This record gives sequence, structure tokens and C-alpha cells, in this order.
Amino acid sequence: MNFDELFGHLGQHTVDGLAKGAIYALVALGYTLVYGVLKLINFAHSEVFMVGTFAVMGTWALLGATDGPSFGMVVLLVVAGLAAGALASGATAVAVERIAYRRLRRMNAPPLIFLITAIGLSLVLAEAFGLWQGRIVKGMPDVVRHDIWLTIGNTEISNRQIITVVAALGMMFALDRFINGTRYGRGVRAVAQNPDTAALMGVNQDRVIMLIFLLGGLLAGAAALLWSIRYGITKFDIGFLVGLKAFTAAVLGGIGNLRGALVGGLLLGVVEVYSATLTSSSWEDVAAFVVLVVVLLFRPTGLLGESLGRARA
Amino acid sequence: MTDILRKVNDSRQRVTGGIGERWRALPRWQRWLGFAAFVAFLYYLPYLGIPGLVWLRTDYISNGTNWASVLFICAVYVLVAIGLNVVVGLAGLLDLGYVGFFAVGAYSVALFGSANSPVVHMIQAQFGMPKGWAVAWAVCIPLALVLTMISGVILGWPTLRLRGDYLAIVTLGFGEIIRIVARNSEWAGAAQGINGIPGPQGAPSPDNHIFGLLDAKPWYWLALTVVLVMVFAVRRLENSRVGRAWLAIREDEDAAAVMGVHGFKFKLWAFAIGAALGGISGLLFASRQGFVEPLGFNAQLSILFVAMVVVGGSGNMAGVALGAFLLAYLPERFRDFNNVRVLVFGLALVLVMLLRPQGLIPSRRRARELKDRAEEAPVNVA
Amino acid sequence: MRRNYVRAVGTAALAALAMVAAAGCQDAGSGTAGGGDKCGGKIAIFGAFTGANSGLVLPSLNGAKLAVKQHNEKNPDCQVKLEEFDTTGDPAQATPVANRVAQDQSFLAVIGGHFSGETKATMQTYEAAGMVMVSPSATAPELTQQDNKAFHRVVGNDLTQGAAAATYIKNTLKGQKVFVIDDATTYGQGIAGETKKGLGPLVAASDKVQTGQSNFDATISKIKSAQADTVVYAGYTNEAAPLLKQLRAAGVQAKFLGFDGIYSPEFASGAGAAAEGAIITCPCLPASEAGGTFSADYEKEFGEAPGSYGAEGYDGAVVLLEGIKAGKNTRQGLLEWVDSYDKQGVSKYIKFDETGDVDKSKVVIWAYEVKGGQITAQQEIKLS
Repeated sequence: MNFDELFGHLGQHTVDGLAKGAIYALVALGYTLVYGVLKLINFAHSEVFMVGTFAVMGTWALLGATDGPSFGMVVLLVVAGLAAGALASGATAVAVERIAYRRLRRMNAPPLIFLITAIGLSLVLAEAFGLWQGRIVKGMPDVVRHDIWLTIGNTEISNRQIITVVAALGMMFALDRFINGTRYGRGVRAVAQNPDTAALMGVNQDRVIMLIFLLGGLLAGAAALLWSIRYGITKFDIGFLVGLKAFTAAVLGGIGNLRGALVGGLLLGVVEVYSATLTSSSWEDVAAFVVLVVVLLFRPTGLLGESLGRARA
Repeated sequence: MTDILRKVNDSRQRVTGGIGERWRALPRWQRWLGFAAFVAFLYYLPYLGIPGLVWLRTDYISNGTNWASVLFICAVYVLVAIGLNVVVGLAGLLDLGYVGFFAVGAYSVALFGSANSPVVHMIQAQFGMPKGWAVAWAVCIPLALVLTMISGVILGWPTLRLRGDYLAIVTLGFGEIIRIVARNSEWAGAAQGINGIPGPQGAPSPDNHIFGLLDAKPWYWLALTVVLVMVFAVRRLENSRVGRAWLAIREDEDAAAVMGVHGFKFKLWAFAIGAALGGISGLLFASRQGFVEPLGFNAQLSILFVAMVVVGGSGNMAGVALGAFLLAYLPERFRDFNNVRVLVFGLALVLVMLLRPQGLIPSRRRARELKDRAEEAPVNVA
Repeated sequence: MRRNYVRAVGTAALAALAMVAAAGCQDAGSGTAGGGDKCGGKIAIFGAFTGANSGLVLPSLNGAKLAVKQHNEKNPDCQVKLEEFDTTGDPAQATPVANRVAQDQSFLAVIGGHFSGETKATMQTYEAAGMVMVSPSATAPELTQQDNKAFHRVVGNDLTQGAAAATYIKNTLKGQKVFVIDDATTYGQGIAGETKKGLGPLVAASDKVQTGQSNFDATISKIKSAQADTVVYAGYTNEAAPLLKQLRAAGVQAKFLGFDGIYSPEFASGAGAAAEGAIITCPCLPASEAGGTFSADYEKEFGEAPGSYGAEGYDGAVVLLEGIKAGKNTRQGLLEWVDSYDKQGVSKYIKFDETGDVDKSKVVIWAYEVKGGQITAQQEIKLS
């Protein structure tokens, strides 16, 4: 166990972990929203993220992006990428709900059926893209050139990392305001707490459910943009690991709890980087799974506990 | 669209519906005779030469896989499905990490039975055994059983308190942990895996005449025999006190507790028995293949196993056996479409879940459960 | 009464059918036996013809196809058929292929495997069937250390490649602090180990990644803190391309060196501009150096210059084809023919030692550089 490496550069590794975790947090929001209201693990959400990355890649290719463009071009590419990613991911999420989940809800199907269907959808989406785009790694141009914006001691913080964390926090804040401040948000919380009573109070369940899928999709699309800026690659099967880690983050923070998703995501990113530093990157995934298992065993409600409306039994 | 599907389903219903009823209405001796004939047919299967049915063979196409090998894999997967059926279908536990038990069984025979394994090398060094020595294949069987049952208990003990979805995710996590630990550990062969895994006749060599590397028929017959024995055993279990306890837990755990059925103990038993069956199938698989590597025991395989059970008909042994057979056979028979194999699998999963969630050959109880749930659907979800 | 009668007849019919079927038993799976006086036969070739790493293997497949085509044109009465089996480089897919080929007596020999993992998984099956394996690109050293009579390779192994890479890093790149990464596969781990041995104290630190990984923050973090001036990656394109891209994007200017596992066009396209200047070592010959008219023929047939292992695939096929032409149409005969083969091929002089490796002095290791998105030959690495 390489403790010198870890403690010698603790600041750097922490910053790297936070930036990594911010993307997990955004994707985790999609899982947590859906689970909080429907008690359903939306396995297909990982592919919603993947679709977003391809949309971003396609938009950038369409706009003729190259490495290190001018400032104006950067702004254009980021905005266009965000729009494309959010739209594509949102549309995919809503389509999944409309085509598959709604029917299952009509049949009042047990959780296992939902799970299997979600897995099936995830496979269909991933494979469809694999067939369409090929199974190789797809590179994207470096839209935001790497630059060190902040140096604290021997810790270098780059522009990409700052953008990622700030954007994630900003979107989290916006979502929080939406859920807690607007009429639609009240509807979401009401359905999460008790669907039947909410219906009695005049809340249209179907619309609320479509809304949460849409929100989750939009956030995943934003995460896709941030991913594209930071890592610059995508692949048809990129969704699986990212989705699994994001779900772990959601569980870690308290599934159904929006702030929990943020905390969980950031924490998971840091844990992963620390464990990779202590041992090697090939143990990174085990760290995530072990965290998942330990949290579920000792604190199933997660770190921040309470959920969107209903406490988990 | 749904109308067309409904019409198709109705005509299908007229043909195949009620087969179960009519079968069960036959006198016992006739059912036994039919079953015996079926079993004889299964043993005959590698020789399948009935004109008109030859196209079913996987080597009918030019670069198709050897028929007996495919049958062997089908038999192994049927065994897996029966084991997972105990966990998912009978006890009602969502297990997405079943591949972990499969892997433990395979690795047991690999680590202890192969002369190339690091563990055997360590034992050789410790006890001064000769270079080619390894644990005998026959001894590996109880060893695998013990190891998988222990791992089943280890997995089950802390996690069975959880309900539903959480259990699914934790088991998925465990399956991945087992795979990654095997991949990263030198003593488990790391990513390269372990080769030289013995069969009933010993280490793979050209001198093995029955259970050799080439002819898969004896392997298939061995696997088939194990499957039949296990089917019989699980059947007995289903109709025993344990089986009834599982039924009670599955339907309503709290009510069962009130009736004096200790949920945790029986769930743990389900896990252990399911794990043991998974371990046996893993052992057979590894013995035939002669080689194991961690990449082969991934989450996708776990999902395939669950799909076999759920698509086939969770709770019904004939159903899960059919599900396992189809999911092992179809990709091989239609190898030309290898590129779209996973896509078709995903589509099949979604379609079956949407249109026939009780599975292909449903357990009557399960079909009833689903129907009751559908009728209980809240009115405003319309 | 009538119902019982119908049922009795039904079950009796079922039983009768089973017995008739058993009587008419017919095992149509084993194929016709090879041998006899007719010249010609079938050769199997297996490898990653589709999938993320197929760019490495397709040139070799094409080389073999070219050789077979040329042979069939010159020898109309000795036709050879080459059958392809795609494994995507996965040992789990290669195993049923091996069973299929080994059991079918009409296959006389096999060209493969192309990756070390799938070769290791299937060697014993082919040996048990008495077939000869000629591999154009499986380079893991352990493959020839297992007393396997079937396995031969027309390419140098990773002992030489690793040592050559270490020499190159020391002499040409003049690296002082080298960071070595491997992907924990049979191939990656093996060659990384050899390179580390050759580099000795120059190795600053090392790391392991996993196949399928797409973000490498932790590894890049370690590279930065080790302040490495050279990064060595032992693995395949699927992980190397994102790693290099992210490495450059993180501002790391260290020189990048990879091995034959990343010698494919997808590496340059996946990593984009980041791949510029990357060095790739390979025990394979550049197209321009290949003997005879091979490069021109290949280009005429497939419309592009031969890529990685094209010449080696061609040579592997030629060794077998010449044996078939010389009248060896049994598995045993071909195995003996290959064991005693002693001739110049287009990639190198081909003579196998008792373990299946080509003569060490005949092995060539080349360094390639990615320039302008293309992999171009730079220089031969001398091994002394």
C-alpha cells in the first residue's frame, strides 16, 4: 500500500477525486430521482448518459470543432453541446419511460420485472449504438484546452476540473430550487410521498413521472457534456461502468435524496482515486463495489438518510 | 398493434393453452412413460439425425459450433437455471450476482485440480509433492460444494436482511467483487487465468479417451445425468417443509413470520442450496473447457442467468430449463447473426417482460400472482 | 374410455418415436476424414476479426487470404480453403472454435491465435488433436514454455520485444524516469515485466489498469507526481487511445511508447492529435521492407498497404500451403513439415526451434512513429 504517494500529494488526489465525482453526482441524480418516486432502479439511465455523449460528439463534429478553438468558438461549442446532450438524453429517458415503464406500471408489475426490463433496454440501447457507431473508441477534439487556473501548494487545479465541479454544483442547486420551490417540484415530492393521496389532491401522476425522467435525462446530458470536455472520448459501452458507479454514489448518499447524490458522488470519486493511488487503478472498481456493499449493510438509508418524501423501510 | 398481438396470443392459446392441464390429468404411469421417453430422447440428442430435425443442429451451418459441445453448455446452463430458480423463483430473492457462485465452483476445480495453478504450486512447495501433482478431480467436487456453500452463506448472512432492489444491487456488487479479486490476485491466476483443469480422467492430455478435449458427448451425458439428479432433488425439496416455507416467505414475509416461519434461516438455506448448484455447474463448465479466466464470469453472464429464469418462467423448473436451453442454444444456432446477438437478447428481454411477464412456461402460482397484482393496480394509474 | 385410449396411444407413439430415432442414429457432426491421395485441404484461421481491437488482426487475415489465393491460382489441382473464425480476441469465444476445428478432421492445420490470451486457452486442444498452430502475432513468452508440440510462431516473442523497447528507451528516447503501465492481461503483463527488467532503475513507478476502463484520472495523477518523462503502455488500443488522449489533455508532455498491441489505425483515430509522436514497437516488418512482391501484391488486392502483421500472416499461411503442396495432407504430416521448415519468408527467415519460436537471431523489432495520424516506420531496433 503506497501511503507515501497518497499523503505526499493528498491535495492533488483529493481535487482529482472531487472532479471525477462531480460527473458521477450528476448522473446519480437521475437514478435518485426515479428511485425516490417510483422505487425503481432505472438501469437504462447509464445508456441515457451514453446517448448524450454521442450527441455531443456529433454536434461538435457538425460544427467543425478542432483542438483548442477560439474563445467564441468554445462558448458556442459548450452551449451547443449542452443543448444537444441534454435534449438527446432527455428524449431517450422519456422514450424509455413511455415505451416500457408506463406499461409495466399499468400492470402493477413486481420489482423484478421492472429490473429485467430496464436491463433489457440498457442492452438494446448500448448494442444499437455499438452497431451504428462501431465498437471502437471514438475520440473527440479538445474543446477546452487544459490550463492550470489555481495552484495551492503542490496542488494544481485545472480549468476543466473547476468547470466540472462548478457546473455540477450549479445544476444541483438549480434542481434543488426546482424541487423545493416550484409547483411542479411540489408535485414530485407529493408523488414520492404517497402517490394515491397525491392523485386525490389533483396531481397528475403520469405527468409528474414523465417530468422526473426528463429531469434525470437533462442532467445526464449535462454530465455527458462535462465528460466530453474532460475525457474527450466515448464508446458504445461507456454507460455500464459510469452508471454503476453513479448508482453506487446515489446509494451512498441516500437514495431518493438529492443532496445525498451530490455528497455520494463526490465522496465516491475521492474514494476511488485514493484507493487507486494506494494500490493500483485495477482495484478502483472493487473499491466502489466494496463501498456499496458496506453502506448497504450498515446504513441502508445512506449517509444523508431521508429520501425525497418517503423513508425507506 | 396490441390488438394484433392479442389475436395472435389467442390463437396460440387455443393450441398450447391447457397443455399443462391435460398433462397433469394423465394417469401417473403414463406421465412416467412420457417422461422416460423424453429423457431417452435427451440422451440421444447428440446423434440427432432424424430427417427434418437435422436443421436444428448447430453444426448445420458451415462454421457452426460442434453440436455436442453446445448441448453440454445447454445442460450446464439448465443446471444454473435450476439453482437460480431456487433462489429467485422459489424463495423470491432478487439475485443478480449468481455468476459469483458459478465462478467459485469453476475456480475451485481450477485452483486445486490443475497442476498449473499457483495454489497447487504453493501446496507442492509446502508439502513436497511432485511437480505434476494436483488434487484429484473427484475430490474437487465436494471441495467445490463446500466452498460455494460457504460463499453463499457469507454473501447471504449480512445481505438477506435487505429487501428487494437493495438485495439485487448488493448481489451484483458481490459478483463483480469476486471477479475483480480473481483478476487482480496472483494466487488466483490473475487476468491470464488458469489452464490445465482436469476432467474425470485427469489433466487434459491426448490420452484421455472418454472425457477428452475433443469429443463432447460423454461430457454432455455426464452433465445431463447431474441435471436429472438435481431436478429430482429440487423437486423433493419444493414439496417439503423447506419448499413450503419458501413459498410462504415469497408471498408475504411478515405473515409467514407470524405463522412461525423463520424467514432469515430459510432464505439462507435457499442461498446456500442455490450456490451449491451454481458451484456444480461451474465445476462442470471449467472441467470441460480446461481453462478459466476472470473475464468470462462477468455481470453480463449474471444477467443472462437471471434472464433465463425470468423469461423461462420463474418458479417452474420446466420453464427455467426451457429458458436456459433457448438462451444457450439460439445464439449458437444463429451464429451468422453474431453481431446482433446481444441486441436481439435485449429486445427479447423487453418484449417478454412487457407481453408475458410470467415467462414462457409459467408456474401457475406465479401467473396467478401477476394477474392478481394487475387487477390490484390503482385506478388512477390509467 | 376413449380418452384413455387416445392417451395410451399418444404416449406409446412418443416412446416409439424415441426408439426409432435412436435406431436411426446418425452422427453428422464429425465431418470427413482428411488424408487419402488428393492434394489440398482446409486451414482454419481464428482471431479478432471484429471488435474493438480488430485493427491489429485484419492485416494478418488479409495476408493469409492473399497467400491462399496465390497458391490456389498457381495450383489448380491442389485447392486449399481458408476458413475464418472470429473470436474478437476473447479466449472464451476461442475455446468453442478450437473444439469445433479440432473435431472436424477436414481441417489440417490452424493459423492462430492472434492474441496471446486466446492462444493460451486453446493450445492444449489443438495439441490433443494433433494439429499444428502457426501464429503470426501471439507474442507472450509463456506460450513456448509449456512443452506444447502444436504451437509455433513466425514472430519474435515479448522477451525480445520488451528488451528491444528498453534498449530504445535508453538509447534513443534517453528516458530517465519511466512510468510503466500494463492492462493486467496475459500479453500486457508479460511484456511490461520484460521492459521493466530491461530498464532496471530507470523505472520511476508503475500502475495497472483494467480492460474496458475509459477514464484514467488516477493513473495520470500518479504519472504527474512521479514526474515521468516517458510513459510506457503495455496493452491494447481500446484502453491506450483514451489514456494517451487524457494524458495529453492533462498537460503531460512525456514521451509515449506502446507495443504491438496498439499498432492499429484505431489508435491514431481514437487518440486524435494526442497520438502525434507516439512510438510503437513491433516484431513485425514495415511494408516497405518485406521481401519479394508481397507489399505490391497486398496493395493491389486490398487497396491499402499491409498493416501490422500482414507479412507475418502471409508467411504463416505460406508455410502451411507449401506443406500441403508437398503432399502432406494429414495433420501429422503438416506438423512434421512445419517442425522442419527452413526457408526465407517475406518477413524473415523462418526456422523453428524445439519450443516453437523462430530462430532468435532472425527476429526483427521495428520502432514506428505516429506522424500526421499515420503509423510510419522509423527505425529497426538492434538488439545487441
